[in-house]
Amino acid sequence: MKIIYTDALIVGGGLAGLRSAIAAREKGLDTIVLSMVPVKRSHSAAAQGGMQASLANTVMGEGDNEDVHFADTVKGSDWGCDQKVARMFVTTAPKAIRELAAWGVPWSRIGKGDHTVVINGKKETITEKDESYGLINARDFGGTKKWRTCYTSDATGHTMLYAVANEALRRDVEIHDKKEAISVIHDSGVCHGVIVRDLINGELSAYVARGTMIATGGYGRIYKQSTNAIICKGIGTAIALETGIVELGNMEAVQFHPTPIVPSGILLTEGCRGDGGVLRDKDGYRFMPDYEPEKKELASRDVVSRRMIEHIRKGKGVKSPYGDHLWLDISILGREHIEKNLRDVQDIAISFNGIDPADEGEKGWMPVLPMQHYSMGGIRVKPTGESTTMRGLFCAGEAACWDLHGFNRLGGNSVSEAVVSGMIVGEYFTQYCEETHLNTNTSVIEAHLQAQIDYLAEILERDGGLNIFDIKDEMRTIMQEKVGIFRNGDDLLDAVHQLEDLLKKTKEITVESKSMGNNPGLNEVYRVTKMLKLALCVAKGALQRTESRGAHYREDYPKRDDMHWLKRTITTWPDTADTLPTVHYEEIDILEMEMPPAFRGYGSKDSLIPNPLSAQREEEIEQIKKSLETVNRFTVQEALLDFALPGNLKHKNERVGVGYA
Amino acid sequence: MPENENYREIEITVFRYNPQDKTSKPEYQTYTLTETPGMTLYIALIQIWSKMDHDLSFDFVCRAGICGSCSMVVNGKPRLACKTRTSEFEDGKITLLPLPVFKHIKDLSVDTGNWMNEMSKNLESWIHTQEETDLSRIEKPVDPAVAEEVFELDRCIECGICLASCSTKVMREDFVGAVGLNRVARFQLDPHDQRTDEDFYELVGDENGVFGCMSLMGCEDHCPKNLPLQTKIAYMRRKMVKVK
Repeated sequence: MKIIYTDALIVGGGLAGLRSAIAAREKGLDTIVLSMVPVKRSHSAAAQGGMQASLANTVMGEGDNEDVHFADTVKGSDWGCDQKVARMFVTTAPKAIRELAAWGVPWSRIGKGDHTVVINGKKETITEKDESYGLINARDFGGTKKWRTCYTSDATGHTMLYAVANEALRRDVEIHDKKEAISVIHDSGVCHGVIVRDLINGELSAYVARGTMIATGGYGRIYKQSTNAIICKGIGTAIALETGIVELGNMEAVQFHPTPIVPSGILLTEGCRGDGGVLRDKDGYRFMPDYEPEKKELASRDVVSRRMIEHIRKGKGVKSPYGDHLWLDISILGREHIEKNLRDVQDIAISFNGIDPADEGEKGWMPVLPMQHYSMGGIRVKPTGESTTMRGLFCAGEAACWDLHGFNRLGGNSVSEAVVSGMIVGEYFTQYCEETHLNTNTSVIEAHLQAQIDYLAEILERDGGLNIFDIKDEMRTIMQEKVGIFRNGDDLLDAVHQLEDLLKKTKEITVESKSMGNNPGLNEVYRVTKMLKLALCVAKGALQRTESRGAHYREDYPKRDDMHWLKRTITTWPDTADTLPTVHYEEIDILEMEMPPAFRGYGSKDSLIPNPLSAQREEEIEQIKKSLETVNRFTVQEALLDFALPGNLKHKNERVGVGYA
Repeated sequence: MPENENYREIEITVFRYNPQDKTSKPEYQTYTLTETPGMTLYIALIQIWSKMDHDLSFDFVCRAGICGSCSMVVNGKPRLACKTRTSEFEDGKITLLPLPVFKHIKDLSVDTGNWMNEMSKNLESWIHTQEETDLSRIEKPVDPAVAEEVFELDRCIECGICLASCSTKVMREDFVGAVGLNRVARFQLDPHDQRTDEDFYELVGDENGVFGCMSLMGCEDHCPKNLPLQTKIAYMRRKMVKVK
């Protein structure tokens, strides 16, 4: 039996996992990062447009600070997020970006004086302050009050990931790639590590650690059309679910991005619209101002995606062999801007569609359609990042329901969350690993390892004749058609039944190659089985949530219902023999909020069933503010919502012209 | 017969071998499939894998030309498979081999991660500075043009294609390749990095570094990110010649 011991074990080598590994190494802990792929190939690399942090360097970001970023994030989440976590995040984000700058991320910097930008389809001139020269620049993104999204052209995730990965290498973080965690080792509610399959030779081994972190990203690949990399199958989330103890939060909260390119589904960054690009229909008409006169193309992602589908349903889509789509027009930004700030977008459009988006007029328009993009749901954790129900199991980044994003994530908050949670959760995780002594006996480890050996052998013995690839395709189609952007009770009920049926059918498959070694066919069986469990959590959560909030939109319940649904969906899988998840709810307390639920600013004001506690809390907040009289914003904030951060992370952030105010 | 009369059939021949399996012998296997509009080698290989041969191994991650996973030799040239469209091969015959230089895993899959990590460590691919950064304070200003220049070189995706196209690499196993030399040039340009040319000389001032390059420029010809490798290798060589 092969057992590898370490202090800190991290599953997943994207931004969140690697940044956490750095935190652990800084305290001298032996640290191993497991990854299915070379870490620099992680999906973090695909983040294009940028990272939100309220630096307020650019003139278009003037007046920005933690409070504004907080308000945008809470509104964006449709009040589904944990406001304490949002506060922790916005306070740390400027530090994260400054750390990355010191690590060499070549952030786009502010030039001298006048610049031409495109705002609302028109060219305008902005003038930067002299004292901002050379500081980190920012672009506009959807759902934000200020230009806050910092970037390196449209390869932001790539440059961030390389900097963080190289810093991890510098600190001798051990990276074991081509390794897949397929089960969590746990005993009496405490996590001791994971069972790992070597993807080169199929060998199984146990990685045992004082503390374990899952940072494996999202589960977008349960959908037929997704911008996610093909490794985003949610396996880390699923193995946590399969413990029967770990809770998943808000799995039905799935984001659809407005502008993946058709048909490949490759993302075209929100930066396209942030920089001034517009959406057009089959007549070349810019339709978003009709639906959202204020924010237009830069409304929140969930809103723009729904409006696009709504417009297509009115017969305004462009016909194609791949179904109807709309156009994204960035040609109005000019070739120079595109070739500097949107060059990957240009490369993608040319390589995959033969379209040069810098070509003027129709010729440069790119076909786009909303597709699955981000998983707000994930392993439910406390603000420290530790599982709510299993000690020693931490989770960070997209894999977690921390819960920063509630029911809709703002563009630019994903890579930001990844590094910020790597700093915060990474620190709490490190503390746990330092304080905890390995306390498990080998029989527990052996039993978990043997269970997986038996499981894989049992898969190879199955002989029902079904093909796992067909089951996967069916799952992905069901999710696409019945658990998509617009949802309704009948379809969701169908989806739950069909997915449950598919899960049962996985017992009736036949794998051609009977090798326990390198066997991609075998990989697919255990992965699809895990994906089906996640798909069921998504579908069942969506079926039971009879309201519309953020990205979860029920045509039969179109209102956000703060009276009944201000709560987090919690799914568990108590028994391995279960074919459906168990669902319960975690209340979100309005009376503890810094910013009680209100109208979000999209659509009509009566699309909301308010909770009287909102008004009560508003009142309380007014009283508190009055009682404090004239004090600075930090004192007010502290009086409304208390939050903690490890180390120096709670320190105030300096800004141009205002210092630490 | 193709499912749709307008579409042609293509033949994809793949190198098959599993070095882990003692009974496995290297061989070619040919698959015939219907070409659909806009088909890339990613789409074609996924189709072969899911419909014809579940045991075929290859590496894709982002399928968008961003992550560098899917480098392979396509009709004799190293390329990113995800960005290669099948329509560009007029006779419809495509032969795929695993990327040379790297450790072969199985079929079209190779181990690039460990090589790239070693290279990154050996070349100390990180900022070296004595300055302490106070994360609460305003960041150090950088000339926007310099930041752009660093970014230009930071675009490397470690796909390994430069090494697979390099003649020096065939002769010198420890040659760091264009990927390594570009990396050093990137940090040499970065104003955060306080290393001197003497320091960089210690890393690449030999024949496994900048003096090993024979200037055949296969790297620049095949680099999928169009990095200015020729210029940057020449630049580093000029800098290194001046040291001592």
